Amino acid sequence: MEVNVTINGAARTAEVEARTLLVDFIRTNLSLTGTHIGCDTTSCGVCTVLLDGTPVKSCTMFAFQADGHEIQTVEGLKNGELHPIQAAFKEEHGLQCGFCTPGMMLVGKALLEENLNPTDDEVRWAISGNLCRCTGYMNIVKAIQTAGAELSAAESGATA
Amino acid sequence: MTTLQEPATSPEIGGIGHSVKRQEDDRFIQGGGTYVDDVVLPNMAHMAILASPFAHAEIKSIDTAAAAAVPGVIAVVTGELLAEHNLAWMPTLSGDTQAVLATDKVRFQGQEVAAVIAEDPYVARDAVLLIDVDYEPLAPITSPQQGLEPDAPIIRTDKEDQTDNVVYDWEAGDEAATDAAFAQAVNVVELETFYPRSHPAPLETCAVVADLNPITGKATIYLTSQAPHAHRTLFALVAGLPEQNIRIISPDIGGGFGNKVPIYPGYVVATAASLLLGRPVKWVQTRTENLLTTGFARDYHMKGALALDADGRITAMRAEILSDQGAFFADAQPSKFKAGLVHICTGSYDMGAAHVKARGVYTNKAPGGVAYRCSFRVTEASYLIERLADNAAHQIGMDPAAFRMLNFIKPEQFPYESATGFVYDSGDYHTALQKVLDEVDYENLRKEQEDARAEGRYLGIGIASFTEVVGAGPSRDYDIIGLKMFDSAELRIHPTGKAILKLGVKTQGQGHETTFAQIVAEELGIPSTDIAVQEGDTDNTPYGLGTYASRSTPVGGAATAIIARKLRDKARLIAAHLLEANPDDLEWEPGRFFVKGSPDQGSTIQEIAFAAYTNHPEGMEAGLEGVHYYDPPNMTFPFGSYLVVVEVDPETGTWKVDRMVALDDCGVRINPMIVEGQIHGGLTEGFAKSNMQWLTFDEDGNCIGSNFMDYLVPTAYETPKFELLETVTPSPHHPIGAKGVGESPTVGSPAAYVNAVIDALRPFGVTTLDMPILPDRVWAAVKAAD
Repeated sequence: MEVNVTINGAARTAEVEARTLLVDFIRTNLSLTGTHIGCDTTSCGVCTVLLDGTPVKSCTMFAFQADGHEIQTVEGLKNGELHPIQAAFKEEHGLQCGFCTPGMMLVGKALLEENLNPTDDEVRWAISGNLCRCTGYMNIVKAIQTAGAELSAAESGATA
Repeated sequence: MTTLQEPATSPEIGGIGHSVKRQEDDRFIQGGGTYVDDVVLPNMAHMAILASPFAHAEIKSIDTAAAAAVPGVIAVVTGELLAEHNLAWMPTLSGDTQAVLATDKVRFQGQEVAAVIAEDPYVARDAVLLIDVDYEPLAPITSPQQGLEPDAPIIRTDKEDQTDNVVYDWEAGDEAATDAAFAQAVNVVELETFYPRSHPAPLETCAVVADLNPITGKATIYLTSQAPHAHRTLFALVAGLPEQNIRIISPDIGGGFGNKVPIYPGYVVATAASLLLGRPVKWVQTRTENLLTTGFARDYHMKGALALDADGRITAMRAEILSDQGAFFADAQPSKFKAGLVHICTGSYDMGAAHVKARGVYTNKAPGGVAYRCSFRVTEASYLIERLADNAAHQIGMDPAAFRMLNFIKPEQFPYESATGFVYDSGDYHTALQKVLDEVDYENLRKEQEDARAEGRYLGIGIASFTEVVGAGPSRDYDIIGLKMFDSAELRIHPTGKAILKLGVKTQGQGHETTFAQIVAEELGIPSTDIAVQEGDTDNTPYGLGTYASRSTPVGGAATAIIARKLRDKARLIAAHLLEANPDDLEWEPGRFFVKGSPDQGSTIQEIAFAAYTNHPEGMEAGLEGVHYYDPPNMTFPFGSYLVVVEVDPETGTWKVDRMVALDDCGVRINPMIVEGQIHGGLTEGFAKSNMQWLTFDEDGNCIGSNFMDYLVPTAYETPKFELLETVTPSPHHPIGAKGVGESPTVGSPAAYVNAVIDALRPFGVTTLDMPILPDRVWAAVKAAD
């Protein structure tokens, strides 16, 4: 069957089997390999993408369920310049092996769209569907908060 | 001994001591990492593996016809087919043999039985389900105790000389001296504990893309490998391929933690399939395959005892270990040490005698025994002594911190030869623990604990003062199946003064691309951002034994510093030529030689590099490149003191961490930011093991923990926040004084968490608990003690 999506702002189409998982569609059919696969049980979150702005685990959706929807992956974060969440992950040492990082950044971005100034607990709750085996999470939390402060400053700069 | 650390270079150069931001991050934050599953080759086929549902069963027959008939299936591979090519069995890293695909019987649940190669990964998985295997189930052995029973079935019927299930008997230390000390002891403290089976579970599972070019004979193998050079040699030995035609490429690795040190059957089958089919074959494990079949860790049943004199001083230690090895002895560890470095179990304490006995037993469980964020069983050793230290203090009515202070090896005793033969390089344990005690205001904390108890709240304080042994190792003692554990660095300084550093080790997230560049920056004054670090490609890097057991900085880091120094020596001669001065009249400052007494008369390293290719002195070889193989004179011994405060609810059995204060002394810190990141990660894994993470089995040998719903690893929500402290006691024998840090917190912290929970429950009479400390275990212990 044909699946049409808008991914990172571009319209893309591919012919897939009905059983094709969204993550395989993104990685194999669309050749965007920044989205990873880690567990098959919706537990680890390394396959997280934004579907119409909401984080979803792309290993637990069929590609056809995304038909007609808008998807953002890690490859779409940079818009000329690094997105503040990308810059903050580097600045705060919020990544080590990098495997969970795309999913973590997308979940963080979605959180900041609702709350630019999340507490430590709020960030921890928001990313609790995403596992990291390297960092112990402290610097991931810091990175998301730093990005929030950056976005917040940019926003108040824009309205001033 | 303990020093404060000030960088010698400017932030622009970014040498040792600067928290340089990581070079590798730029690709990871943009989705530009290349992990094995991201490798796509033209005409690539996909492999799926059939796993045994039984822990122990005879294979009567395998019918592959239905699988082979599925459209899109290219081939079905069985052990029988591999046997025709002498590939049905392979050597393990401990010199045992392991089935690649089972031919005679299956020996653990999940064992590889057959494989399907197909045009599409979905089709490969479909077809695997159609392979019909006729099994005759056998009684499984699920514990080493059961394996030692006189009438236990023999698991390794494939080995002619194997008449029981014992893998090895091994010992260290002096039994007679230990017995004599125990005979004179005023107090003897005993502990029996089980360090359960755990799995490193990196988020990226193991994977391979094998590409054997049928025309050239070149085998290019993309592999999730922590030790690509060693793996290349093993591929040469196992598959009989000429080594110069094998290129292992270990690209970005999504976490290793020891799990990616061994060679797994899937790698061999995919490589054999590529050889037979003449096209690339990709295999990517599922999470379940990763948890069921790949390198587990721990699974140690331990009995320990301390002999104490009248003052509470430890005079001797005994340890007796029963190790569950699984179906094949596949520990990834030095060949001389059958039980790894568990004889480091005297820890941070000065004692005259020690004796360690270890016995390994085959069971119907997955093989592995990898050093999970650990230097060859040092985690188990540290856990045993730190649990014993707490019990000893309580048994003789002494405060656990005071007991440790009384028994620590003193700073002036270094280098210190331990009762089991290690020579500790440097340490200052008293200062480390004191700093932690000051940080938490220990006396007051104990008072708070008393007051809380009066209110019916149960606070617990747990301490662990560990000593690690890392950096394997001196090649006289350390080898993996004969390959000596040196490591190497090749440095090429280009005409424009930029450089490439090539290493035999292999990062999996530790930040080598940044920290190793910093070592060169320190030694040569070339900005660390001008240095590209390359690892993982055996065609383009010098031979080395890889990254595990915290050996990269102690061994590869030393090799890096020394090759940089050798090139600096050559740079001096070139500078003398450029400055028309005597080499002995030149002085070095970071990035520049200058004439003594005339600081403006000098040559920068960039000018010297250019001259090395354009204007080198007559009689000198051109270029500024070199390679160094470093064989360390000794191991390094990082240490630290951790203190955990928990609150336990005896009614529900739940516990939470109020504070975790961790002091690490890993010698000189190359990049403090990265060191702290490593410590955060290690403390989290220690917490995980104490709180939730274990791999367990039912009586039929079914693994309970074969996915992330059953095998729990901590999320951000459970993970405690950490408060970090440091002291810096350089290693006297390491060129830059560094000791290694990635594993210390995983080694040291489990005992601190467990000691804290037990401490909270001492009013109930609880004296021991085993990991993971699950609520039902706490609840049962409180009820039993009531």
